[in-house]
Amino acid sequence: MTRFLPFILRNALRSKRRTILTVLSIVVSMFLFCTMRTVLTSFDQSLEMADAARLVTRNRTSLTVFLPLAYKGRLAQIPGVSAVSFGTWFGGIYIDERHFFSQFAVDPDGYLEMYSEYLLTPQEKEAFRRERTACIVGEKLAAKYGFKIGDRIPLKGTIFPGNWDLTVRGIARARTANLDTNFLLFSWEYINQRLGNFGQVGWYVVKLADPNRAGDLSRTIDATFANSAAETKTETEKAFQLGFITMLGNIRAVIYAVGTAIVIAIMLVSMNTMMMAARERTREVAILKAVGFTDRTILVLVLTESLLISLTGGILGTVLARVVYDVSGFTGGGFFPTFVVTGGTMGQATGIAVVMGLLSGAIPAWNASRLKVVDALRHVG
Amino acid sequence: MTGPIIRLEGVTKVYRRGSVDVPVLQRLDLEVARGEFLALMGPSGSGKSTILNLVSGIDTPTDGRVIVAGIDLGDLDASALAEFRSRHIGFIFQSYNLIPVLTAYQNVELPLLLTDLTRKERREHVLAAMAVVALTDRLDHYPRQLSGGQEQRVAIARAIVTDPTLFVADEPTGDLDAQSATEVLHLLQRLHTEFGKSIVMVTHDPHAAERADRILHLEKGVLVESVERKRP
Repeated sequence: MTRFLPFILRNALRSKRRTILTVLSIVVSMFLFCTMRTVLTSFDQSLEMADAARLVTRNRTSLTVFLPLAYKGRLAQIPGVSAVSFGTWFGGIYIDERHFFSQFAVDPDGYLEMYSEYLLTPQEKEAFRRERTACIVGEKLAAKYGFKIGDRIPLKGTIFPGNWDLTVRGIARARTANLDTNFLLFSWEYINQRLGNFGQVGWYVVKLADPNRAGDLSRTIDATFANSAAETKTETEKAFQLGFITMLGNIRAVIYAVGTAIVIAIMLVSMNTMMMAARERTREVAILKAVGFTDRTILVLVLTESLLISLTGGILGTVLARVVYDVSGFTGGGFFPTFVVTGGTMGQATGIAVVMGLLSGAIPAWNASRLKVVDALRHVG
Repeated sequence: MTGPIIRLEGVTKVYRRGSVDVPVLQRLDLEVARGEFLALMGPSGSGKSTILNLVSGIDTPTDGRVIVAGIDLGDLDASALAEFRSRHIGFIFQSYNLIPVLTAYQNVELPLLLTDLTRKERREHVLAAMAVVALTDRLDHYPRQLSGGQEQRVAIARAIVTDPTLFVADEPTGDLDAQSATEVLHLLQRLHTEFGKSIVMVTHDPHAAERADRILHLEKGVLVESVERKRP
């Protein structure tokens, strides 16, 4: 088959403009496919990062409704709970709304120990505990804005009004590459004191002695606070994050639908190109058959050409997506923990390009292989 | 191998145009000897090109048998017919029919891609064929960079490169000026006299037909005259 490759290449580049436009359309479609697929894998990755030994307890009414600080002690007393900490979504504005990143006011005494997958020096932890306006930034966020130890970060509160001046006292490094480090943590005590003994938190994080008892303990925790002014809903960290994602609606289904539509649209464009190319070559196919090319060889030649065009576009689009998101460090304005086009996504895109090439070449290849030499030799054009 | 290179036995060919049957050949019997140069003449629609199509295995008779190089083409399926064409038939068309995106060299090499020859062996064969048609200085030229006569000589090189048993030429000089036509006819005659090749040529041109050993005249699918020519 390799001996036919120069001939296939010549045919593919016969109308350079048309071939380049077709390849470009496949590049764009595969770039979009990789982007959408990476949105999904980023979501999945954030779920994978969830620790099975951690439960999240929030207000049963809504994530936006607070829980009393007093629950911390009661949670700690439940048998099977080894540690309790808490956090609150702060949602402040840094510079302006375009510079969005996650900000949490957290329990200064236990939160950092609870999330041991983030690495900090003992000095950084101590400074965070001791200083009311201290904050810790993740290394990606620090790299993005050039934050260094001692830098001031002014935030404008939205949920908690006013200006909040924080000082960087630590830079959290991820233990594994897939962990999100686009965040800022500061002491919940800062809010508590400034609001005059605020006494409420967004959610509790409960560490279990035995991760296998997650379901059992979730029910126990919620039963403990049943019929109170602030009933709770306890779930695994994974389920909690999944709930966060589903707040965006059925984004998975939308992404699949749009992705499929794009792939089909481009496949039709590619199919049209191949059919036009094959139609223009009717007479030449007849010549090839006349000199002894079999129907099968003609079929394989046309299919290979289609595959070559599609695969070129597919590989270029996939590599482009990988490079663009790697180099730009895109995180969707901090929305995604990491945004890396994985090998799996690249493989899927390449697979789709192969299927697209075969499908779009199938009809023209079949038609060319069935061509009657005598009829085709009379063909003009 | 002995016996005729071509034997047509009671060959009938009927084309269907819509709901109308158009008979082109009617119970035609014909033999062409090995090494013979045969010219087919006759008005349009007389069945000349149909005979070429049948003996080269790109069309099938409605009735009768077509035997070429001892092979009954009616016994062959599509794949075997393709194999037969690649081994036994060298086509020369009126409008050259070179592949425009390939150079002269690549056009001539095309039929060899179906063989087991190595790249080096293919090159040797191509160069030899291009030498026969005196175009070794045009190997890298594309068809658009060649004159009509040169294109037809490249087409002849493509036809001879596999050393086929039989050449079929359909109006090979029809699109050429007088000088180019003479060169092409001279080439065909060389293939016949120097290399002993069998040639069946369809032509309207009596001067071209004069190069043949025998001229057959067809009218409405029937042989009406056969003229043997004596070689000097």
